[in-house]
Amino acid sequence: MDFQLADLKLIAPHIALLGTALLVLMVEVFGHGRRRPEATWISLLGIGIAAAATGMSCHENRLGFSGMLAADGYSAFCNMIILIVGALTILVSSNYLKDERHEHGEYHALILLSMTGMMFMASATHLLLMFLALETMSIAIYALAGFFRTKEGVESCFKYFLLGAFSSAFMLYGIALIYGATGTTQIHGIMEQFTQIKGLASSPMALSGIALLIVGFAFKVAAFPFHGWTPDVYQGAPTSVTAFMATGVKAAAFAAFFRIFFVAFPATSPVWSQALWLLAVATMTMGNFAALAQRDVKRMLAYSSIAHAGYLLVGVVTATAAAGTGMLFYLLSYAFMNIGAFACVIMLGRRGADSTNLDDYAGVGFKYPLLAAALTLFMFSMAGIPPTAGFIGKFLIFKAAIGKEFYWLAVIGVLNSAASVYFYLRVIVYMYFRERPEAAPEGLRSGPAITVATVVAAAAVLILGLAPGFVVRMAEAAMSTF
Amino acid sequence: MLQNFVPVLILFLFAAAFGLGVLLISSLLGPKRPTAAKQATYECGMDVQPDARRPLDVKYYLIAMAFLIFDVEVIFLYPWAVQFKSLGLFGFIEMLVFLFILLVGYAYIWKKGVLEWE
Repeated sequence: MDFQLADLKLIAPHIALLGTALLVLMVEVFGHGRRRPEATWISLLGIGIAAAATGMSCHENRLGFSGMLAADGYSAFCNMIILIVGALTILVSSNYLKDERHEHGEYHALILLSMTGMMFMASATHLLLMFLALETMSIAIYALAGFFRTKEGVESCFKYFLLGAFSSAFMLYGIALIYGATGTTQIHGIMEQFTQIKGLASSPMALSGIALLIVGFAFKVAAFPFHGWTPDVYQGAPTSVTAFMATGVKAAAFAAFFRIFFVAFPATSPVWSQALWLLAVATMTMGNFAALAQRDVKRMLAYSSIAHAGYLLVGVVTATAAAGTGMLFYLLSYAFMNIGAFACVIMLGRRGADSTNLDDYAGVGFKYPLLAAALTLFMFSMAGIPPTAGFIGKFLIFKAAIGKEFYWLAVIGVLNSAASVYFYLRVIVYMYFRERPEAAPEGLRSGPAITVATVVAAAAVLILGLAPGFVVRMAEAAMSTF
Repeated sequence: MLQNFVPVLILFLFAAAFGLGVLLISSLLGPKRPTAAKQATYECGMDVQPDARRPLDVKYYLIAMAFLIFDVEVIFLYPWAVQFKSLGLFGFIEMLVFLFILLVGYAYIWKKGVLEWE
């Protein structure tokens, strides 16, 4: 293991986030006064520094730390998604935490630590570093899921922790088997072993290793049949944490999933792409059909996030540069539309009463026209209706699938997308075509930060939908650096 | 490649055979004359006071977690100390960073009152 000082530049964004997290913790315990809005501003500043550092290191295009991690366009794009997710989450949380009387710096520190793990996942080119990053990300999120210490929150936290630990064990076993078969855990090294050694691509040890890796990733992205934890965990966790989990964890896990399977296992792709094909179809179908039956908006969004994992899996099945471009674009647009939707859910809630039932949305359209317009936009985007970001994302992924002759996959994806319109539009129908009950609570749980986050998310969903060219070209450039 | 792990397999089999073997031999050969005193949880020392199945103070868990972290920290220092010369200045600075991060954690739990037992 040789070390060059220049390699530190590759992890400058990660160091910036970690340093900010430690600083936030210290301000929390050594700062004075009971109300500490500083944590929000320090975190946002740290995220800004990390974004600048990512911008500076994205042209490095090389491996560092003896091939443990890469700073290339792909990791830079994923880092940017994760930083956007983190910044929006912190903005959305500001008023929410104050209203729920949980305004603690630890929340921000955990978000930042988890983001550090996510960014390491996106840049890892070594299975063990990827695993460490996955744990760094997950442990912080386990704690965040139970942050409010309500009955549902603790259940969510405990369920996620137990099942997450279980799935980590699967993934680690998969890594061990792949190491046993190839003698390395560096993904470029694994790829070389597969091309050099004849018969390795059909060795049971290598294939079971790949299968166990798929199990681990499928759990983290909430794909069928490893999705069982998702509805309970997403519903029980604080709403802002649910938004963070649904977008950030998904972005990081898919980034690592795609990089590892694209770089390390092209030799065995006929085998695993079949398995993932089934997983993708089952995930989107199951997610959409379960979402049809939900009357709780938060739970509906949890099932919708399973369905979106299915669409994203189509990108991993296809495993071409075009599919990667689509996946990156989709992850970015999903971050905006999902956090935006959850921001609207937060604003309609009250302290101690989340009011996430569909009936609580009756008549919102005339009472709060701007909020209803924003939520309508996010719902359209999730359903994939033009001119929104969600449409372009789905278009790019399905186009890539057709380009590699996965016709049925694309057809099933489009049919699923059509079926999902029903439950997304139902929210809009409740908002505009139902009478608001007399006893409905007055006022919104709103504030400047959450308003800024919602406006930014809505603007991004529209801009990415109307003029996607610039971002698509950036994603293409990111994919060309592999 | 896999042949390199044959010693590990042998060690694993030997350890399992030894552990099970000792238990088996002592249960076959050992005399068994149980009395009430021999059946007690602790044969020597004080009688066990109340039932162990009751809620414990959460302070125990906090102390246990803090202990675990700093215990593992010390274990990490040993291999570093053995390799100190070959790791050189880089290893030294790396370890300082590691200790600094844990020091921040220490300051945090101290100010939060985890170490107070009142």
